[in-house]
Amino acid sequence: MSKINLYKFASPATFYGLAGQMIPGFAILSAILFAVGLYIGFFVAPTDAQQGEAYRIIFIHVPAAWMSMFIYVVMAVYAGVGLAFNTRLSAMMAQALAPTGALFAFIALFTGSFWGKPMWGTWWVWDARLTSQLILFFLYIGFISLQAAIDDPRRSDRAGALIALVGVINVPIIYFSVKWWNTLHQGASISLTKAPSMAHTMLAGMLIMAIACWTYTIAVALSRVRLIILERERHSTWVSELLEDIK
Amino acid sequence: MFEATRLECMRGDSRLFSEVGFLLEPGGLLHVRGPNGSGKSSLLRMLCGLILPEAGEIRWNGVNIRHSHDYNRALTYLGHLNGIKEELSGLENLRINCGLAGFDISEETAIDALERIGLDGREHLPVNVLSQGQRRRVMLARLLVARTPLWILDEPLVALDADAIGLMRSLFELHLENGGMLILTTHQELEIAAGVAQEIRFFS
Amino acid sequence: MSMLAWIMKRDLLLAIRRKSDVLTTLFFFVIMVSLFPLGVGPEPQLLKAMGPGVLWVAALLASMLSLGRLFAADYADGTLEQMLLCPESLALIVLAKAAIHWLASELPLVLMAPLLGLQFGLSGDALWVLTLSLLLGTPVLSLVGAIGASLTLGLRGGGVLVSLLVLPLYIPVLIFGAGAVDASTSGLGAEGHLSILGALLVLALLATPKAVAAALRISLE
Repeated sequence: MSKINLYKFASPATFYGLAGQMIPGFAILSAILFAVGLYIGFFVAPTDAQQGEAYRIIFIHVPAAWMSMFIYVVMAVYAGVGLAFNTRLSAMMAQALAPTGALFAFIALFTGSFWGKPMWGTWWVWDARLTSQLILFFLYIGFISLQAAIDDPRRSDRAGALIALVGVINVPIIYFSVKWWNTLHQGASISLTKAPSMAHTMLAGMLIMAIACWTYTIAVALSRVRLIILERERHSTWVSELLEDIK
Repeated sequence: MFEATRLECMRGDSRLFSEVGFLLEPGGLLHVRGPNGSGKSSLLRMLCGLILPEAGEIRWNGVNIRHSHDYNRALTYLGHLNGIKEELSGLENLRINCGLAGFDISEETAIDALERIGLDGREHLPVNVLSQGQRRRVMLARLLVARTPLWILDEPLVALDADAIGLMRSLFELHLENGGMLILTTHQELEIAAGVAQEIRFFS
Repeated sequence: MSMLAWIMKRDLLLAIRRKSDVLTTLFFFVIMVSLFPLGVGPEPQLLKAMGPGVLWVAALLASMLSLGRLFAADYADGTLEQMLLCPESLALIVLAKAAIHWLASELPLVLMAPLLGLQFGLSGDALWVLTLSLLLGTPVLSLVGAIGASLTLGLRGGGVLVSLLVLPLYIPVLIFGAGAVDASTSGLGAEGHLSILGALLVLALLATPKAVAAALRISLE
């Protein structure tokens, strides 16, 4: 019993310090990678024969879309672990990841529409990928608003975890049905994935951008989880000692 | 045998109580006392399995209630809320509530119970025309027909008059005499004759 | 009588005694559908093309609005607490409640839908497919919606929150439901769509009651 208690209560306190040490490294790494990735994307990668310079938004759009999906899965895994083993830290991680996931989903939508304008001559197409991305964004919003509406942290963690799991099970079903719907209602249009055959420099740029987004997510989620820990544990002795030290 | 060890309850981010424990044998009475908001209701809900304890264990006949299959069949819990439907009559409410709790009672048994608890002639009225005390009686009538060994009652005497309180007291005593167990909270002073009586007192 | 029978009998009795609730949902559906021709104009060709989608979206919204009744009353008066303590499995109780909810709140919509479809100039075949797709799809809406309804019990702004949680999850049902009617009017045959709706229904029957039971335990703690 004492072991479980130690795990449950000491863990956020030790994790708080650990996270604090990890954040600067990831933040600096992500800044460097962003700089390199954007440089490759905007200056090194060749101009596309069909799409001209407009295609360069792909270096932001595609990594953002990847991250938004990846973060949702990671969030659901954390939520599931929190629900199954009643570990508070994993629920806090899920909560900390959600805003970043929603941000990436939004960026993917935003840049997608910017790409769509020169490509299709319109800001929005009901393309299967864009539509799924939009629905993923809705799922993030649902998760965040549900957690925000519940005051009791334990119920909020557990209810959020459940809706994240329900969401992650539904994402493939939704994606499949949107794709089906899309092929039925319009013929093959130019798809965002059918981007020009990828040159090596382009692929490299995109991967570097993806890793940059990834490290950025880690840095941001960790600093957010530190704040959540402080808020949740504000009555505990270690937090008051910490505050004493700052003074 | 009903046993709780080192229970701890968190509400929001404050600790409501910790290190609460007791052992209840057949015929035993446990009276939970304390001011409003001190955690009495939370303890009772936790004992029912509605709230997960932050720490500690609750065992029914040696098995943790989370894994016990017969615990729900042994338990009758009556909380603050009456659990009765305004649109249904007292008779329908009683029969349905018993059905939900896992035992069927005939119409005669139900009418008889309602009469004994002082609702004779009102069995078929929709509950929304009854007074607060009468609604409470509809709920409590379940105790007259329940055959469960463990009763957990949260403020059962609220809104009852002296007659009904007397009836309840003799019902509790009969239940304990027959080897039942009773856990309750009350604000009224209530003397219940019991083989073994214990008390848990909360402070705010 | 078994516990489940008691629950179903009780919910049915309550639905009968609160007829106005059922009628409100039904009239919401009718009004909602009637607004579209006023919004887009009475052009028959356009209405015929829009009909299936409009009817399905309206059914979706009506179903979502009726979700509040699934657990809220039982939550407020303490019956839900008793159901959690009931010896019967909570998932089965959820299934029983969802079944009666569907019968009282959604079946009337399904039966009304062909009449409204006539206003949009749908053909006889299309009306059949529409009714069939609603018959298969609306139980899924009730079951999936129950997850949202149970998670938001007792929360401020619960109704709006339910729509945020539940509507994205309704999308597959909408796509295949409205798609079935479209497919039948365009001569492609609706069997594929209908069988996917059937598969979604089976999936929902198997998976959602457990999720709802877990959600109820979370919300009542």
